[in-house]
Amino acid sequence: MSLDKATVRAIAELARIEVKDEELDHLAGELSNILHFVEQLSEVNTDGVAPMTSVADITAPMRADVINDGGYPDLVLANAPEAAEGFFTVPKVVE
Amino acid sequence: MTKLTDLTMAEARDGLAKGAFTAVELTSAHIKATEAQRHLNAFIVETPDLALDAAKASDARRQAGTAGSMDGLPIGIKDLFCTEGVQTTAASHILEGFKPPYESTVSGKLKAAGAVSLGKLNLDEFAMGSSNQTSYFGAVENPWKKTSAPKAKLVPGGSSGGSAAAVAARMVMAATGTDTGGSIRQPAAFCGITGIKPTYGRCSRFGIVAFASSLDQAGPMARTVRDCAIMLGAMAGHDPKDSTSVNMAVPDFEKALTGDIRGLKVGIPKEYRPDGLSDEVAKVWELGIEWIKAAGATPVEISLPHTKYALPTYYIIAPAECSSNLARYDGLRFGLRVPGKTLDEMYKNTRAAGFGAEVRRRILIGTYVLSAGYYDAYYAKAQKVRRLIAEDFRKAFESVDIILTPTAPSAAFGQGEGTDDPVTMWLNDVFTIPTSMAGLPGLSLPAGLSKDGLPLGLQLIGRPFDEETVFRVAGVMETAANFTAKPEGI
Repeated sequence: MSLDKATVRAIAELARIEVKDEELDHLAGELSNILHFVEQLSEVNTDGVAPMTSVADITAPMRADVINDGGYPDLVLANAPEAAEGFFTVPKVVE
Repeated sequence: MTKLTDLTMAEARDGLAKGAFTAVELTSAHIKATEAQRHLNAFIVETPDLALDAAKASDARRQAGTAGSMDGLPIGIKDLFCTEGVQTTAASHILEGFKPPYESTVSGKLKAAGAVSLGKLNLDEFAMGSSNQTSYFGAVENPWKKTSAPKAKLVPGGSSGGSAAAVAARMVMAATGTDTGGSIRQPAAFCGITGIKPTYGRCSRFGIVAFASSLDQAGPMARTVRDCAIMLGAMAGHDPKDSTSVNMAVPDFEKALTGDIRGLKVGIPKEYRPDGLSDEVAKVWELGIEWIKAAGATPVEISLPHTKYALPTYYIIAPAECSSNLARYDGLRFGLRVPGKTLDEMYKNTRAAGFGAEVRRRILIGTYVLSAGYYDAYYAKAQKVRRLIAEDFRKAFESVDIILTPTAPSAAFGQGEGTDDPVTMWLNDVFTIPTSMAGLPGLSLPAGLSKDGLPLGLQLIGRPFDEETVFRVAGVMETAANFTAKPEGI
């Protein structure tokens, strides 16, 4: 499958990455090449094969539903580009 | 006396124990080496003052008789491991200035064992790359040079290229690496050192900047098999903070180095002879087979029929997981923020400015293969093929104890070569990715030099959680290889 510019723009929107118009052609070419490469998987017969979601042969452990860590808002906010009054700040989302 | 920077960790450990030198002396010698080799760009952040403080504390512990398994040994930490209070960037602009308020489990365990960190080592951005040319902080240079072109700068491999270069150049005795599709083994091979990706689940991933969570695994990189065994012992173990870390005892890996591999069956996969495999690599592989025969093990031809599909499978699964993992870099909580008029615009501006070309490419591919309408055709399909690849190994291990292959299809290449086409660049990992897909332990050790004087590596692949057999065979091969070459001027 080859990707056109409109599809690349739509993917970039989903991924929340700004892509300039002049980059679209090049990116469409690169991504199409990658898709051509991975499409050789269609040769493999996978009828009746269950998807592998984990290589580790373990059952996910359970733990008690209790708070066992936390209570340090200053540390959580220490690396925030912008914080105010104990919160992360964002551009205005409601008029 | 041998230079302090030329000692192996095992030798330094013994020297410290005997009082032949102090941890401060050992650390100072390595700090000098990092200064002398700064042109290699192996470090993103050097922390000599913290290192000297840690070395002093180590000497005090040794006096008090409470020294740990790696006490006083100078190491480097790949800048993908969060280190409390020390900048951690994953070699990305988007994380520049980020100082984690917590420590990754693996780097914390190494500290607890007494290891002295000299700083944070360069890598491919978010560990995405096989040449260390995608770092926002500049490419790392391999300390090795081609005899035919001694001025040309070579890549150290990737993504743990800073780790490999720093160990090869004697700036540190060992370093942490992480391996998602070969990121420990391929740079180890390119820089003439030893590195092991342990079984998935052996080491905690807590506090390691995530790339592809079902594949990422931390491991040691050092100059000898024994040093890797010592360091893996300090890194491994169950961690309640990572539910994929397995709750089983950590063996004494160093004890596995018995030197006796008589009777072992060593699988030689016939699919690992693709077009484009260099003659030199093929020859070193043959040599490796001779060594294990001479030591009393038996090579057995095996088939891993889905080998050729491992690379395309990886390039669906890894980008899919990366697109999800890297969604957290949004300009809100840490790192870079580029303003925008709306929240979405801020996300998009931040991520466009913060991620380099290779990372953007992988996020976009990952987003595409996970998007509605394509999920089954790409992602679900890849997960099914992944099972077939893992099954190939499971069947092979019914008849053999370990598998021997080359690590990479060629020796280190020049900076700037092969960067035009991502798919060509990815072929570097053709021998390491299948192991990663199956979650198996894989070790690379230097086995010889190319005609051009560059190191060539061989890979040993073991059964799940059987790092001991991997170390045992690697120890025998290391003795046979007797790899004593060093980069010029080191």
